[in-house]
Amino acid sequence: MRKLLIPIQGDYVAPRFDLAVELLIVRFSDDGQEEPRTIIMERPSEEALCQMIVEEQVTDLVCGGIDEVHYNFLLWKKVDVIDGVIGGWCRALEKAVCGDLKAGEILLNGEGALAL
Amino acid sequence: MAADSPDLSSLLEGFPHPVMILDDSCRIITMNRLMEAITGYAIQQVAGLHGELVVRSNTGNNRGQLFMEVLRSGDPSTARGDMLTCYRRRIPIQYTISALLGKGGRRVGLMVVVEDTSATEAASSTIDDEQQANGLIGYSPAMRKVFDAIPVLAKTDASVLVTGETGTGKDRVAEVLHRKSERARFPFVKINCGALPSELLESELFGHVKGAFTGATRNKPGKFKLAEKGTIFLTEIGDMPLPLQVKLLTVLDDKTFVPVGGERELTIDVRIVAATHRPLREQVAKGLFREDLFYRLNVLHVHLPALREREGDVQYLLDHFLQKYAKALGKTVVGFSSDAVICLLGYHYPGNVRELSNIVEYAVNMSKKKKVGKEDLPPYLFEKTQVQGAASTENRQMSVQESEPMNEQSGAPDYRRQQQSWGDIERQLIVDTLKKNRGNRTKTAESLEWGRMKLWRKMQKYGL
Repeated sequence: MRKLLIPIQGDYVAPRFDLAVELLIVRFSDDGQEEPRTIIMERPSEEALCQMIVEEQVTDLVCGGIDEVHYNFLLWKKVDVIDGVIGGWCRALEKAVCGDLKAGEILLNGEGALAL
Repeated sequence: MAADSPDLSSLLEGFPHPVMILDDSCRIITMNRLMEAITGYAIQQVAGLHGELVVRSNTGNNRGQLFMEVLRSGDPSTARGDMLTCYRRRIPIQYTISALLGKGGRRVGLMVVVEDTSATEAASSTIDDEQQANGLIGYSPAMRKVFDAIPVLAKTDASVLVTGETGTGKDRVAEVLHRKSERARFPFVKINCGALPSELLESELFGHVKGAFTGATRNKPGKFKLAEKGTIFLTEIGDMPLPLQVKLLTVLDDKTFVPVGGERELTIDVRIVAATHRPLREQVAKGLFREDLFYRLNVLHVHLPALREREGDVQYLLDHFLQKYAKALGKTVVGFSSDAVICLLGYHYPGNVRELSNIVEYAVNMSKKKKVGKEDLPPYLFEKTQVQGAASTENRQMSVQESEPMNEQSGAPDYRRQQQSWGDIERQLIVDTLKKNRGNRTKTAESLEWGRMKLWRKMQKYGL
């Protein structure tokens, strides 16, 4: 069973990992996925977020922008990080669970405006 | 937007900073190559996306609030922060967002300039380098405190009162506070409140309308209006006439004023930095300065120490100004002779850094050798003169101080006089002269131009 975390902002993947306060956590395996749950953090903090990822034994992270230090830390902690994703979290989640999501992917082609 | 605009792409390439054009829904229409480089995205990838998704800043715009505010108000906006590129690099930036107007003045989009400020931030990475670049030199604990306070004060928008004796660098500090603040891109306007008569000062500060008085042939914006969004520096605020103090208080409280002869109230967004060498608290007690204005200006306070309170800084300043003037005058002067250094370190500089700078300029001009000698120093350093000592703090009274004379007999300065009583000084003088004459009382009495009896009495008095 794998555990995926996506920092979100409304319907979208949060543009920045360090500014996100809303987190989506989903457990999934080849057989399917569980119901996602959301966590609201007291305040944005990349340190607290990294600590939570480690404590919660998250195996996969999908996020928008993340700085190199925290990216490397998470890789060192054996977390699969798919960063630079721009788009709605629903599609990002679907693609991540299927293993189709790539770093830097823009999931808004043809969708027009993105009202943040 | 597209119908209203000419081809913007070629225009944007001429900008020296990353720029993007957004439509009225904050979607990217186009961007220049510098913007592509800083974000790491090509325009083909991100056209139609919300601008903030691509820039990813922490300037308080993560839901596009800044964009929407500029679209709503039409007023340009700036913000500082950092951005994350697609290469996971964090870059300090300054956002400048302006509305684009279409036909009929309708706001059809935004121009967003994302200036990379990493070069300027790296240049000012250490306090020493930073303050030296700002022309503030000092390593003494007293100046360290000032240097530590400057970045903190620069980041706030509250009024600052800078106090200190004449020549301590109040103007320099005001400029640095402006340059380090969010308002740095806007004007820094300085006005001396003690240099103009009351009526003229009012017109200078607040402006006047045409016909307000004889000779007012056109509308004139005052210094407050000229400093819009920037900083106004009111130097010698202690000399401001009382009636104008009332008007200044209104500006501080309401951010509004009426120009001389005008009817319409103008609103301004200006930060005020004031400076004075006068003891303002005493001016308040004497009724020469309004108490309410004093408290309004004194929100944040920087006191610049007098040079005599800056232990060890004189040597650094001497070297700094020597290099500066030698270079400016094309001279090959490399330092000071030891007797010149003794004189200069012993002098107590009532005119502070300005006086020290003038002394070194004089000496470099007069010097004919590689080293500045004692004979190259201004003669007044060796004269016993009465000088006006300015108050060093606002709590101190204006006082008349005696400048420190040199001991002509030994050529050495009398360091001790500042702190000791006359008795101590006289005792030390006798001891020094006895040492010099190897204990010979006759020669000592002659050196001091005393009789032997007087010397004996004094030695008895001081237990020698």
